[in-house]
Amino acid sequence: MIEAHQLTKRYGEKTAVDRLDFTVRPGTVTGFLGPNGAGKSTTMRMIVGLDAPTGGSVTVNGRRYAGHSAPLQEVGALLEAKAIHPGRSAFNHLMAQAYTHGIPRRRVEEVIAMTGLQSVARKRAGAFSLGMGQRLGIAAALLGDPATIMLDEPVNGLDPEGVLWIRNLLTALADEGRTVFVSSHLMSEMALVADHLIVVGRGRLLADTTVDDLVRQAGGDTVKVVSADPAKLRELLSGAGVEISGRAGSETLEVTGLSARAIGTKAAAAGIAVYELTPRSVSLEQAFMELTRDAVEYHGSTAADDRTAVEDHGTAEKTGSAA
Amino acid sequence: MSTVTAVQAPAESAANEPRPVHKVTAARVLRSEWAKLWSLRSTWITLGLALLFVVAFGLISLWHYKSALHSGHRMDPDMVTATAADLALFGTNFGQLALGVLGVLVTAGEYSTGMIRSTLVAVPTRLPVLWAKTAVYGLIAFVVATVGVFAAFLFGHGIVAGTPAAISLSGAGVARSLLGGGLYLALVGVIGVALGALLRSVAGGISVLVATLMLVPGLAELLPTSWQNDINRYLPSNAGGSMYTVHHAAQTLSPGAGLAVFAGWTVLALAGAAYRLRNTDA
Repeated sequence: MIEAHQLTKRYGEKTAVDRLDFTVRPGTVTGFLGPNGAGKSTTMRMIVGLDAPTGGSVTVNGRRYAGHSAPLQEVGALLEAKAIHPGRSAFNHLMAQAYTHGIPRRRVEEVIAMTGLQSVARKRAGAFSLGMGQRLGIAAALLGDPATIMLDEPVNGLDPEGVLWIRNLLTALADEGRTVFVSSHLMSEMALVADHLIVVGRGRLLADTTVDDLVRQAGGDTVKVVSADPAKLRELLSGAGVEISGRAGSETLEVTGLSARAIGTKAAAAGIAVYELTPRSVSLEQAFMELTRDAVEYHGSTAADDRTAVEDHGTAEKTGSAA
Repeated sequence: MSTVTAVQAPAESAANEPRPVHKVTAARVLRSEWAKLWSLRSTWITLGLALLFVVAFGLISLWHYKSALHSGHRMDPDMVTATAADLALFGTNFGQLALGVLGVLVTAGEYSTGMIRSTLVAVPTRLPVLWAKTAVYGLIAFVVATVGVFAAFLFGHGIVAGTPAAISLSGAGVARSLLGGGLYLALVGVIGVALGALLRSVAGGISVLVATLMLVPGLAELLPTSWQNDINRYLPSNAGGSMYTVHHAAQTLSPGAGLAVFAGWTVLALAGAAYRLRNTDA
């Protein structure tokens, strides 16, 4: 369980984390999502006490991280930046961490086996590939058999096999009743593992929601209708809870709040020819971009084109959110 | 590495049975720092170099004295009055570089590699890490340095037998000055640890250390003569030097006072390191 109250971090003029309030609960995978520079890593560093908050507080299992007498047993953390000495072997690195808590050597060997590092455990960690480095970081995070596991961008730079491995690991850890908190800037990745989402942008909380709710909030299910008489159809369909948009002179309408079936029935009853009737649910990716559009730190100059491209893509795919 | 490891859920250790609680204690942090130090190759190399410097340059100095005496060349003024112990301790000038640099690496090396994040996540109260590094490295540096200076003296004092510098281990002040040399080098190592933690940069730590020990005394000579005696002897290098001279000159501190002043500098550096470690983000 991680609880943040009005958590704030300022670096001079710049506010990296702005009055965040959220709770990460046990038994589920909670995704921590936001564009680059949204303050995800800073928040995670504050959770484990590497950075001190400028304001507010964050507690782990009811207490400040540094206030725990066995911190590695409370939280296991994989931070984004490397946190190993390249000259030390993986085994010695884990042993050094274990010694601080009196964790037995047996457990070190256990986490090495769990992360599949047996064959390289005695090699210098500096020679590790990105994937092996991530595995070592995860081995260190699991060392204290912690109730809360926090991983900052764990799939960054991993090959598909590594990604799959992390995905399964996260789900397994949550199924054991642990609190799992994972950051990513990739919505698509989060959609596959996370049940709950905390979305931030420019240090602010944008959403604290479930995957399904996020899609619903972001425009939910719209239906694209191309008809012979859009003006008449618009009149026909309008009502409470129904939203209709469409450009003047265009045959296309975007309808929210009615099913494709209902639209088709009404159009048929009024004798309006319908050329196209396409239900389209917003993809998670779109929902995320919608949410963070104003909060993206660095806009590319072609952002508008990209958005269109993503929308088309989303339509074609009929969204991966259900997967 | 492309083995897909089946996620063997650590089921046996999870949830059901109460897990043993492993608390962080000072002794465990010491154990960890001890293991960290010895698990790096650079430790072995640098300590080996330190030992080599201390012994080799001590012996070279003794030979140099003897050959200068025989050839009848004019000797350095401070060499004329030197004893075998002073000559054997000549290697401390070089040993202090190796031990000081390794001290800087012990702390600043963690910042340059990112290891510090692992260290502080394991010990979030932070200060125990600094004390443990100080104790572990101080002790190791003391042992290596003391072994070095005693070895230089024991192997080398025969070289100057029969000269004015000849003196035995039981001679007045010899054992004390050799121990003082070992202690001085250990404290230089600790100052290195403190500077590394204070500056969080290997290059910065080494620069400040070398400047303090080697450049500051030279700069102090630029001061008006009337100030020099009052200031010079309290400088780290001079106060430290007083710890291991066999017969102290009038304008320098006594060995005891030298130790007190040099230890004071060490504590000052450690206090700065502790403040920065405690109060700034890692």
